[in-house]
Amino acid sequence: MAYVPLADQELELHHPHSWVTKYVWSQDHKVIAIQYGGTAIAVGLVALVLSLFMRMQLGFPETFDLIDPNSYYQSVTMHGMIMVIYLLTALFLGGFGNYLIPLMCGARDMVFPFMNMLSYWVYLVSVIILLASFFVSGGPTGAGWTLYPPQTSMAGTPGHDMGIVLMLVSLAVFIVAFTMGGLNYVVTVLQYRCRGLTMMRLPLAVWGIFVATVLGLFAFPALLVAAIMMLFDTLIGTSFFMPAVIESGAALDYDGGSPILFQHLFWFFGHPEVYIVALPAFGLVSDVLSTHARKNIFGYRMMVWAIIAIGLLSFIVWAHHMYVSGMHPYFGFFFATTTLIIAVPTALKVYNWVLTLWEGDIRMNAPMYFAIGFIFTFIHGGLTGLFLGNVVIDLPLSDTYFVVAHFHMVMGVSPILVLFAALYHWFPKMSGRMYHEGMAKLHFWCTFLGTYAIYLPMHYLGIHGVPRRYYALGTTEFMAPATQDANTAITIAALFVGASQLLFFINVIWSLRYGEKSGPNPWGANSLEWQTPDTPPIHGNWGDSLPTVYRWAYDYSVPGAHEDFIPQNTPESEEPTVDEEHFDPDHDVSKADL
Amino acid sequence: MSLAIALFLLVIATVVLHFVFAYYFDWWFTPLAADWAGIDLTVLITLWVTGFVFVAINAFMAYCVWRFRHKPGHKAVYEPENHKLEINLSIFTTVGVVLMLAPGLFYWAVFVNVPEDARDYEVMAQQWQWQYRYPGADGILGTADTSYISQSNPFGVNPEDPNGQDDVIVNDPQMRLPVDQDAHFLFRSNDVLHNFTVPQFRVKMDLVPGLISYMWFTPTEVGTYDVLCEELCGIGHFIMRGQVVVETEEDFNAWLAAQPTFAETQNMVAANPAAGQAQYALCATCHGQQGEGLLPQEGVSPLNIGPKLAGQPAWYIERQLQYFKNGVRGGEGDDDASRGMATMSLTLFDDEAVRNMAAYIATLPDEPAERTVTGDIANGQDIYDRNCAACHLDDGSGTWYTDAPPLAGQSDWYLVSQLSKFQSRIRGMHPDDTFGEQMVQMATAMADEEEIRDVAAYINTLSSSRIEVGE
Repeated sequence: MAYVPLADQELELHHPHSWVTKYVWSQDHKVIAIQYGGTAIAVGLVALVLSLFMRMQLGFPETFDLIDPNSYYQSVTMHGMIMVIYLLTALFLGGFGNYLIPLMCGARDMVFPFMNMLSYWVYLVSVIILLASFFVSGGPTGAGWTLYPPQTSMAGTPGHDMGIVLMLVSLAVFIVAFTMGGLNYVVTVLQYRCRGLTMMRLPLAVWGIFVATVLGLFAFPALLVAAIMMLFDTLIGTSFFMPAVIESGAALDYDGGSPILFQHLFWFFGHPEVYIVALPAFGLVSDVLSTHARKNIFGYRMMVWAIIAIGLLSFIVWAHHMYVSGMHPYFGFFFATTTLIIAVPTALKVYNWVLTLWEGDIRMNAPMYFAIGFIFTFIHGGLTGLFLGNVVIDLPLSDTYFVVAHFHMVMGVSPILVLFAALYHWFPKMSGRMYHEGMAKLHFWCTFLGTYAIYLPMHYLGIHGVPRRYYALGTTEFMAPATQDANTAITIAALFVGASQLLFFINVIWSLRYGEKSGPNPWGANSLEWQTPDTPPIHGNWGDSLPTVYRWAYDYSVPGAHEDFIPQNTPESEEPTVDEEHFDPDHDVSKADL
Repeated sequence: MSLAIALFLLVIATVVLHFVFAYYFDWWFTPLAADWAGIDLTVLITLWVTGFVFVAINAFMAYCVWRFRHKPGHKAVYEPENHKLEINLSIFTTVGVVLMLAPGLFYWAVFVNVPEDARDYEVMAQQWQWQYRYPGADGILGTADTSYISQSNPFGVNPEDPNGQDDVIVNDPQMRLPVDQDAHFLFRSNDVLHNFTVPQFRVKMDLVPGLISYMWFTPTEVGTYDVLCEELCGIGHFIMRGQVVVETEEDFNAWLAAQPTFAETQNMVAANPAAGQAQYALCATCHGQQGEGLLPQEGVSPLNIGPKLAGQPAWYIERQLQYFKNGVRGGEGDDDASRGMATMSLTLFDDEAVRNMAAYIATLPDEPAERTVTGDIANGQDIYDRNCAACHLDDGSGTWYTDAPPLAGQSDWYLVSQLSKFQSRIRGMHPDDTFGEQMVQMATAMADEEEIRDVAAYINTLSSSRIEVGE
């Protein structure tokens, strides 16, 4: 039998027969995407509320009595873990990855639709196990989201009996879910692209999600083994991570384990995890910027290589989280160097985003506000990373509010601005209706300015020496008198930002019902998802025949074209092609005779 | 348009706020008190480089957003790549990175190489307190291991090791250092991860059970500095405080010479309960003949009502008696009963009398005190298990390890009054009350007087199942 590319084979679609198979046990990647997204956002709201509890305590100590020290540490832990894993990872990959990969690749669905469905349901189980820990005796674990042993399973740490076990089991189950989804995304990108869609013609959104998924497939196993080994330590008394320790005056039955080994495993996962969240954000924001600037993304090839380079480098920087952990200090030289090297491809991406705006024809639609806001916050968060990554500066700043401010800017605010940019940008495709523009912009201003008001002063508290993970600041000689005022102001800003997120939900609900019909391609975008015969796309996406691609996704404002965009599936015969030339560095296409 | 203006204003505001935050509100580095000016310099270089990039890129972006906003008839320019520009930008970025990394690595090399003449000090952390060990005349710290740890040997110093015999152990969160002497800190932990941080010294390091970590610095300014734990170590993380006193070499040497060595503490003459008993008669008036405590009753001045003492271990009684003697408890602002106690404690002339008294009290028969407080036991248990049990243990029996006294069987009215005093900061805020602020902070777990009574009511239920305290 002759070789038939996978993308051209007839896909056996499992068409739904009832409401349940259409919306619940669905194998349609778009429904699964929305299930993933909805669950992630719902559990993210829990984490948001937890953060507001913490802020109330820090901003107004001994005033509201919402939480005691015990629940403060539980909130710290659950907030961090939910936001990083169960919200950001799930929403970027399970949500946007699922929705966009088949559409942008011109495929009918994922390669393994059943496994895709299973991935979501297993993810939901992991979320339920996680949330169940709020209801067991002792409550959820309060060991910090890094779960550093030995304290995770010792008295003195909230949730040291049941809470930690549920957390570890939930993580293990999540990783199973991620692996099923992740294999799907990778194989779909590699094997299911339609005719003409070479890798170097893929939208950067797909590149970002694809490389992030590959990172996840290599990084999550480290967390999985760490979680399993810690479960063994906790439940059956092995000593992988547990040295000889004293608990309440009595020696525990452990000996010879290494707490630092856990930290290496955790951060071998944990640092790539930063990029598992960041790379999809990089990709999505690139497409939003390019579309609304009506201009090709600048330096596409450099952008792709930067994503790959960042992905590779992210595996050899992990111990910059451990400069003061007591590991061998000579590691500091190596990891500081690799960490600062990663700044180069990252900076290039920033330059290229800004240069995409240069000489553009910028349409200030709401997604563009969020995308440009992202560049600002990402520059800020990226630059403070140069402080922390530079090993000797980490000595004063490690474990202070500077770290909290840094990672919230770079890994909290920035990806979330991209998430909103993407949600507003693709909302018309997902729902067939436009969102309310005014409300979306108001949402942007509240979120963008509000979060900056939260995190900018936090950096200075950190430099001043205010430690993180403190339930109360207590009495010290060194803290400036205005330190508590800063905390109060930050809390007010946080409450404001938290409340303003309601604008998003009101907007979505309002628009689903009353929003203007958007038509198939309201932004005049090139990538394939905007070229589907139906909006929202129906199961199978493409009607009778799959699209064929003739060009990259960024033919905006091509000289000589009829409009300021040329969809990827427009044949060369109908519109000018500069596809080959744009890879030629010396060829100035803008002046080419087309 | 609005976004372009906002971005531009944000860049200006960030620069202005930098100076407001750093110089007006003083949220900047605390004055340097160690020989680490190189760290501050590296931070400053990084601040200038990143500050320049921050302003330049964002101002340029704001300009683009304004200049290239959509206007009718306007069309974007098609320019997929500009290889030269991208190369130049890469080189420019690399130069910036090298500029920051070079001093970083240089000073890191200084940090990881301890000068040979540096003096050794050992810091031991456990939930949630700091202790210190100084090498004796031989300059060598004896070996130690958690398996040797007991109440009389809290550091786990190897009793067989001759090097350890002259070590000085300071079972107190305050340590002392001679100024201008290179200090080599060796770190150990008994239980979980901790982190030793003094903001003014700039350097910090984790304390990891199972290994010895280190750092070094040279204190350059005489003064007293806060020690903070900066690695999450459980519920008491935020109240794990210590102090470093940097003093002249003469002061330091004189202080060190006055401390007992490890061998001396191991061979200390046992306290004499009989001598304590002889002096107890005076105490019995308020605390009862058998230390069983009295109950508040109408017509009797609260001045003459003392809590139960029986069941309290000697180390706790000894510490409190010293507090009363030295004005840490029962000072100005405290209630009359405590001030009365402060006066009474002066009848114990010296440390030996205090030890003897504590030893006698520890021999008194421990019967649960009569119950007078009622409350919502379930709520009390919830609060207790979540916040109190970490130190006072699930059954309220307390432990020397966390310096937490037994609570089960204690006079419940006394528990209520002390928790109220911690909450209102009448007790616990004296700078020499080692664990006082820990209780001040933990007492905030109870919202009001009613919750305090709930907790006391729950503690009452613990005493029935209680066995001997004994030591």
